[in-house]
Amino acid sequence: MNSKWNWDAVWDFMPFFWDGLILTLQALAWGTVLAFSLGLVWAIALRGPRWIAWPVIGVTEFIRNTPLLIQLFFLFYVVPEWGPTLSALVAGSIGLGLHYSTYTMEVYRAGIDGVPVGQWEAARALSMSTPHTWKAVILPQAFRRTVPALGNYVIAMLKETPLISTIGLVEMLGAARAYGVQTFNFMEPITVVGVAFIVIAYPASLLIRVLERRLATY
Amino acid sequence: MNTPNESNQPSDTGSPADSAGTGRPSAAEALGGGAPGKSRAEGRELIKFQDVTKRFGENTVLDDLCFSVDTGKHVTLIGPSGSGKTTILRLLMTLIKPDEGTITVDGEYLTHEEKNGKLVPAGDAHNRAVRKKIGMVFQQFNLFPNMKVLRNVTEAPVHVLGMDKDEAAERARGLIELVGLTEHLDKYPTQLSGGQQQRVAIARALAMRPQVLLLDEVTSALDPELVAGVLDVLRDIAHSTDITMVCVTHEMSFARDISDRVLMFDQGKIIESGSPDKIFNDPDNDRTREFLSSVH
Amino acid sequence: MSWGLFENWILPGLWVTVQATVFSALLALVVSFVVGTLRTSRLWIVRFLSGAYFEIFRGASALVVIFWFAYAFPLLFGWQLVPLWAGVLALALTYGAYGSEIVRGSLAAVPEAQREAGIALSFTPMQRLRRIEIPQAWPEMVPPFNNLAIELLKGTSLISVIAVADLAFAGNVIRLSTNESAPVYTLLLVLYFLLAFSITRGMRVVERHAKRGVGKLPEKKSRSGQGDVAPAGGSTNGGGA
Repeated sequence: MNSKWNWDAVWDFMPFFWDGLILTLQALAWGTVLAFSLGLVWAIALRGPRWIAWPVIGVTEFIRNTPLLIQLFFLFYVVPEWGPTLSALVAGSIGLGLHYSTYTMEVYRAGIDGVPVGQWEAARALSMSTPHTWKAVILPQAFRRTVPALGNYVIAMLKETPLISTIGLVEMLGAARAYGVQTFNFMEPITVVGVAFIVIAYPASLLIRVLERRLATY
Repeated sequence: MNTPNESNQPSDTGSPADSAGTGRPSAAEALGGGAPGKSRAEGRELIKFQDVTKRFGENTVLDDLCFSVDTGKHVTLIGPSGSGKTTILRLLMTLIKPDEGTITVDGEYLTHEEKNGKLVPAGDAHNRAVRKKIGMVFQQFNLFPNMKVLRNVTEAPVHVLGMDKDEAAERARGLIELVGLTEHLDKYPTQLSGGQQQRVAIARALAMRPQVLLLDEVTSALDPELVAGVLDVLRDIAHSTDITMVCVTHEMSFARDISDRVLMFDQGKIIESGSPDKIFNDPDNDRTREFLSSVH
Repeated sequence: MSWGLFENWILPGLWVTVQATVFSALLALVVSFVVGTLRTSRLWIVRFLSGAYFEIFRGASALVVIFWFAYAFPLLFGWQLVPLWAGVLALALTYGAYGSEIVRGSLAAVPEAQREAGIALSFTPMQRLRRIEIPQAWPEMVPPFNNLAIELLKGTSLISVIAVADLAFAGNVIRLSTNESAPVYTLLLVLYFLLAFSITRGMRVVERHAKRGVGKLPEKKSRSGQGDVAPAGGSTNGGGA
């Protein structure tokens, strides 16, 4: 039963691979935008009054402690029952972004908590308004601390994009499966995709380590 | 950054006047219009504490405290740590609220406002309006590390007072010259020594044209050799303007030099007050004598 | 959704999910300790190989690895794995890589003086590791292992894709047979949440026990999802500076 590695199948798969890669990167880009912005909203809400903070804690804990896969099914199959029908790309990006916003929230929270209390007091002593204090003083300092950790979550999201193939998006893994079903060559496309993830993720994580060292101080 | 210029060296050891060269503006000039001039009527009660009590849990930090500070006066609070001195500054900054009693600044209530003849807890807008009269310099400087020196000084005048950007920058330059740091305008706070940072913090507080300047142990986080530069700047401001100062310090010689009045605190109460001469040379209270001999 | 569907699919699915979580967690724990301690080895070749393992599996996508073990592995080695075990193996190797970072980091945090004391008492390196370093590092590992266990639980839902009849698979079967998706997926989310909650509870007990073992008081609260152990991976700390 031992079948040989077939390089022709690899070359044959490549056009499908590139199409898949583009969709993977699209889902990742939208997911990142959502995760970064929504996570910030959660983190600021956590500093608000209890009637805002507690529901936010409840919702984010629930999202973080349940599988992204089921959340994707929920967005793709359940949401259209009451709301708009979402394409696989849209549902996938929302699911990815929503799920990871609960992680970026913690990153922002740590970054915001890491700004010394003296900064709030100084802003207060200068009569700055609360929104202006956030914008000019707290967030610029918090962001700096969060860049490496946020970068790590982008890599984590990249590795979760294949889940979107389960609701029909033909991203990299989806392309590999489709190619396998058509040609009965599973081994080559799946290996190519697996290597592709490592090839993208490894330099990215090296880059983040460099950034981390650079941004450690002002 | 790399100019091998002598003026780029940290100049904390000397008086800022030495390093800034000639043509330095006087403090009164740098503060510019709107700052309290010498002509202003003195003797009015600018800050008034009435029966103020503050507790932290079981611990009563201020106990039914009454005192006032007149316009243009320089008052120094001394006393053992935990005696409530810093609490007074934090109350004035509305960082905390009194449990009982009222505080007025320039005739307006702090943390309270009058509604239909009754005193009710004030909203944030009211507090901010009253607080604009007060500037504060912190023990740990608390400069904004994400802003260069100049923007640290212009940020609040532009966004809080609504001052024109160019005007704010010009005034800020004057103030930064006053504290002897003109050559460091374009640096980030972390590129400066502690003493230089504290001088920027003083300029930042003055840029808001406060009527009162609160100084919270402004030299205690500094290396000993950097203290003189900061105190010289403050002494200059104290002598050449009539900005009101409330100062918590362990630098007794500085307190003696600039104060009109010294208040000795112990366990949330003022146990003795008087001129620096009286307090430092001939205190009436045994606790005061004990405290002074312990800090010398 | 009828009781029949619940009894025939959800309950067995729940049991499969629990099994998959337990098996892959145990296997991942072994991988974590083996790779994690090898990464502190004094021999560069050992460090290099274990580091390469870490980088490869940290960079790989869990779902792709699962597929690879289900479809590519049998073709390449002529050895067909039962789907459940293909899934468990893939998850254990992937999450074990994250776990090795926890082990390596905690071992690195044991004070150097402890190592020197062990050398002074003529322990062998293996004895030092077992009797001195790991017991001291263990309490520090428990909270991040808790987060990792929850990530692993969520990760087990992926094995439904290679036709293992776990909870997620049961959900899809019920959606297809009843044409109703809202009740079943809501139920699934709640069930997974309860499983995650039980893991956190259990790990809290382990943590208390571990801390008592080195005479420390347990921390009041350890938030989940904090920092670096998630598939987020990353040798870097959440929050930084």
